[in-house]
Amino acid sequence: MDETGTSVAFRGGGFAPKSRRWVGVVVFVALVLFVEWGTRAGWISSLSLPRPSDVFETFRQLYDSGLLFKHLGPSLSRLTVGAILGASVGISVGILIGLFSYVRSGLVPLVAAIFPIPKIALLPLFVIWFGIGEGSKYALIAFGTFTPTVVATYGAVDNVDRTLIRMGQSFGLSWWSIVRKIVLPGAMPGILSGLRISLAIAIILLVAAEMLGAEYGIGAYILEAGSLYDLERLFAGVVILSLLGVLVSGVIGMAERRLLGWRT
Amino acid sequence: MLAPLISCKRSMMDIRLDGIGHSYDDFEVMRDISLDISSGQIVCIVGPSGCGKSTLLRFIGGLERPKLGRVLQLGEPPAGCLNPLTYIFQDFALLPWRSVSGNISLVLEDHGIKGAAADKIIEDVLARTKLSDFAKALPKQLSGGMKQRVAIARALAVKPAVMLMDEPLSALDSQTRELLMDDLVELWTRQPFTAVYVTHNLAEAVRLGHRVVVLSRRPGKIREVVDIDKPLAAREFGDADLEKTQKYLWQLMRDEARAADAELLHG
Ligand SMILES: Nc1ncnc2c1ncn2[C@@H]1O[C@H](COP(=O)(O)OP(=O)(O)OP(=O)(O)O)[C@@H](O)[C@H]1O
Ligand SMILES: [Mg+2]
Repeated sequence: MDETGTSVAFRGGGFAPKSRRWVGVVVFVALVLFVEWGTRAGWISSLSLPRPSDVFETFRQLYDSGLLFKHLGPSLSRLTVGAILGASVGISVGILIGLFSYVRSGLVPLVAAIFPIPKIALLPLFVIWFGIGEGSKYALIAFGTFTPTVVATYGAVDNVDRTLIRMGQSFGLSWWSIVRKIVLPGAMPGILSGLRISLAIAIILLVAAEMLGAEYGIGAYILEAGSLYDLERLFAGVVILSLLGVLVSGVIGMAERRLLGWRT
Repeated sequence: MLAPLISCKRSMMDIRLDGIGHSYDDFEVMRDISLDISSGQIVCIVGPSGCGKSTLLRFIGGLERPKLGRVLQLGEPPAGCLNPLTYIFQDFALLPWRSVSGNISLVLEDHGIKGAAADKIIEDVLARTKLSDFAKALPKQLSGGMKQRVAIARALAVKPAVMLMDEPLSALDSQTRELLMDDLVELWTRQPFTAVYVTHNLAEAVRLGHRVVVLSRRPGKIREVVDIDKPLAAREFGDADLEKTQKYLWQLMRDEARAADAELLHG
């Protein structure tokens, strides 16, 4: 036997992404610095991209003048009310579709028909139904969150391990107990990952909802800046939406860690 | 004077299968199965793959209805019995989001047993399955053998009259299987229970069965019923007379299994 054998090459790594929080920050900061450098050096024209430091300055002014919270307040309440409405109705309908054959046969085609409609196109309809005030904005956001939530939820219910449901029945658990203690927790991973998508869509629709008759709101602010080609303010608004997106995704991540710690 | 005696006799629950037959669409799965399962006995069901063992067990537990024949429950389940016919599944069927004790309390909650009363039962069944130290653990932290012991503890918690076990040990390695068989024998010796035990493994059948029912290939019929008189506690790994019975059972099954295999191959 040769004493100086080569050690077996390791080839079992990868395919198991872990959360490295600071990497995201580094990528973000690097990108901003890169653009800052480009705009200062002149090889990015100030017409094509605003200078990040100017955007930050605009943001600071917005904050100092107190306008930031004047815009953020209504937007957050529209987002919260609309998303909670849409997501809760969506989860309930999704569970009903997952549990009852008639509901499934009746609603799945309907949901499939509604899903591809750009909800923005229906904005005039919502204005007629719910008025130009907050009602139509809630409705638009709720409607937009509803469809992806339904689809994700009934898919998640379908994926609940049937043997666990059989187990529940074999121990004589009531129907309601099986739904509450087996189906719902079992569908939770799918529901939460569906919410990630639905809530991002809710933020997208926020801007659309504020196209009509909104004096204050992040969406209104962005649209106004856009129509004036005021890139600094446009970007300041966009940054707020992005931060909102990061925040929502962080909250869902927290919920996942809390609720889904049992996953292997 | 006679009344208590009768009620005592009544508290035994036997199961009678009366001419069970079944087909899925035109696909006949089993034919004319009649069998008595008397209380305090472990009845093992063996047979080639696809002969309808799992289906038969689902009939006995009321999870599915046979097209022909009836499953009868003779007598009343003993007092305090929460779920007369209780399954132990091959894949354990534990809720991964509940701890060991949570999985057991799951089946008590619906009977209104909560708090201290539930804790007492959980403590008792965990002690009987040697799991007391793992009450707070999640299923993902347990080995396969421990998971199946949790499932056994959960079944014991509802004080079943009859336990229905579908290949409960076949997902486990052979050492764990031996240990769990010892555990089952110990549990039975301390307090005899009735069980229908479906298995592929003839060694398990001769170790645990008071009777072994051999089914033919599909459509499953009863090929032979073999009684094993030796008490469970006296049986040991590699007993000569058990080996003989096992060999006999294998002879009965071999041709069936071979034919079943060929049928599966040719559709
Ligand atoms: N719901 C069903 N619909 C149609 N066919 C079924 C259904 N359940 C079982 N079968 C068929 O019935 C036959 C018996 O199935 P069963 O699972 O009872 O066999 P088994 O004896 O338990 O097999 P194994 O030893 O592989 O577990 C199989 O051929 C199977 O394909
Ligand atoms: Mg089977």
